Amino acid sequence: MSARPDPGRRDALKLALAGGVASALGPGLFLVAAPAEARAPGLAASSAQRWGILIDAARCAEDCSLCVQACSDEHGWTVGGPPGREPQWIRTVAATDPVSGRSVRLPLMCQHCALPPCADVCPTTATFRRADGIVLVDRHLCIGCRYCVMACPFNVRFFLGDAVDNQRPHSPRGKGTAEGCTLCVHRVDAGGEPACVEACTTGAMVFGDLNDPQSAIRDSLASLPATRLRADLTLGQSVQYRGL
Amino acid sequence: MTAITLDQLDAAPRRLLPVVVGLGVALVCGGTAVLIIETMGHHVTGMTSLVPWGLPHIFAYVLILAASGALNVAMIASVFRRKVYETLEPFSAMLAIALLAGGLSILVLDLGRPDRLMLTMTHPNPRSIFAWNIVLYTGFMATTAAYLITLLDGRFSRFFGATSGIAFLWRFVLTTGTGLDLGILVAREAFNSAIMAPMFISFSLTFGLAAFLLLLPTAAWLRGGTPDRAVLQRLGRLLALFVAVSFYFAVVMHAFNIYTPQTRALERFLLLDGGVYTALLWGGQVLIGTAVPLLLVAMGRPISAAAAVMIGAVATIYLYVIVGQAYPQPLLPGMQISSIYGDGTVAAYVPSLTELLLSLGGVAVALSVLLAGCLLFRIIPRRFARAGAPGAGLQVAT
Repeated sequence: MSARPDPGRRDALKLALAGGVASALGPGLFLVAAPAEARAPGLAASSAQRWGILIDAARCAEDCSLCVQACSDEHGWTVGGPPGREPQWIRTVAATDPVSGRSVRLPLMCQHCALPPCADVCPTTATFRRADGIVLVDRHLCIGCRYCVMACPFNVRFFLGDAVDNQRPHSPRGKGTAEGCTLCVHRVDAGGEPACVEACTTGAMVFGDLNDPQSAIRDSLASLPATRLRADLTLGQSVQYRGL
Repeated sequence: MTAITLDQLDAAPRRLLPVVVGLGVALVCGGTAVLIIETMGHHVTGMTSLVPWGLPHIFAYVLILAASGALNVAMIASVFRRKVYETLEPFSAMLAIALLAGGLSILVLDLGRPDRLMLTMTHPNPRSIFAWNIVLYTGFMATTAAYLITLLDGRFSRFFGATSGIAFLWRFVLTTGTGLDLGILVAREAFNSAIMAPMFISFSLTFGLAAFLLLLPTAAWLRGGTPDRAVLQRLGRLLALFVAVSFYFAVVMHAFNIYTPQTRALERFLLLDGGVYTALLWGGQVLIGTAVPLLLVAMGRPISAAAAVMIGAVATIYLYVIVGQAYPQPLLPGMQISSIYGDGTVAAYVPSLTELLLSLGGVAVALSVLLAGCLLFRIIPRRFARAGAPGAGLQVAT
């Protein structure tokens, strides 16, 4: 009788070991996303999927802005500038409890609401919510009324008041129209993940399909509580937070 | 019955010329401002993504609210059968159309892409109150024009009852929509309230009557006449009532916000710590927009009261529109928020010259339309009906 375990037994042991480690560390400690499934060219977005991001603010390092820089590089907007003048599709916000003094930093971008106030108020349907939950602006329909900017509870919808000379082919922008985080829809449709999530080195952000019970984001959400910003508004955002 | 009560504006050139030149200059300045903003982008204005609606929207709101309120003088005569105001009906309707034209011209020309305005017709969003308002604005213009036609052209007088009734209902729906423009914004603490609708209706009654009280005597002066003081005094007392009702709604809103814990900080900001906004509230809305007009009406000076109301109107709407945006939205209620974008702090807003010129250009559009109406149609009462008179009727000059 050989002392070596047969290959089938070896795989089973590996699986058991991996499972044991994962159980010990606990879901949510490491937010690791499985690759998103690419949508076939020509196929419309489907409500079978609902893309979302889970952000663990406790994992955001004090001086880290990798997600911000990645978004800026991906979409061609400039970080900083006078408040309100330069669109900041994603930015880090510091939140401090005035009683305890505890402070956290969190990345803030379009929350991709299930009931987006920006889309409700848009007079021309330029702002719309795709079937898979991504809220976008059709630049060809936007008349630049800024009502969506007024309606956004998170100040993450922007009005471009100046000409843009740093356009990205996958992320068109236009003077006199509204804009905001697209959840890197061009990447998502190709089976990738948003640039901010890809750039995050601390495991603070996980992207995935909220409708997929097998996805890491669903698994993590099922195991530990997360919250939405302004949950009292019941907008059903696709971006959720932990560690606030 | 008075033989001739309505007339066209046959103004003496020495009075008309400076008015026409002044309006022309204002229109050119407004047009230039539009060209600058649309060519260079809105970054030349004081508006930002934190305060996306600025001075143009304030003037647009004042004009649009005043438009529906200006029609009220006509409605009192048409719907409520108060004969003392019958001769004022055509001017009231023309003024409503003119003020709305001015307000809408500002809104349209301030768009980031005014060239795409037609998209609001071809791709309307039925969930958007903004889209509904476009229907309400154009409908108001159409129903008021129809009402004016039934007033001025005897061939259509059989439709007078229908047009006046529809116009009366329409103006209330329109102002409700205008108030809810702001009222439905769920996260803006200074706006988010159903009381915005009735409060804006009371504002519209106030601003509209004030505009009427200012512009009717002006039109009468242009043609060398003087308005009937008794009627002006009567309208002045009505203005005082509207001012009081508007103030009541404002007090209710503030009292409710003070009582509600989550809006207490906002109220402290508005009433005590808000700098320019506190000054606008106490100096603009309360003193100039409320106390002074009430005093002036009591002193028998309705036109001066109307002027104070209009100054107070700009201050009041500035306060509501700007502070509602500038005051930080509670991202995480109870937490102190900060970022390089200015989250958690009161956003800065300083109107630019281009915005001011665009806004005044819109006022000039309104006055130009009114002047054109006065020159083209017989809508100016040669002399007012006496208060308590059995009714002057609408006898058009021949």
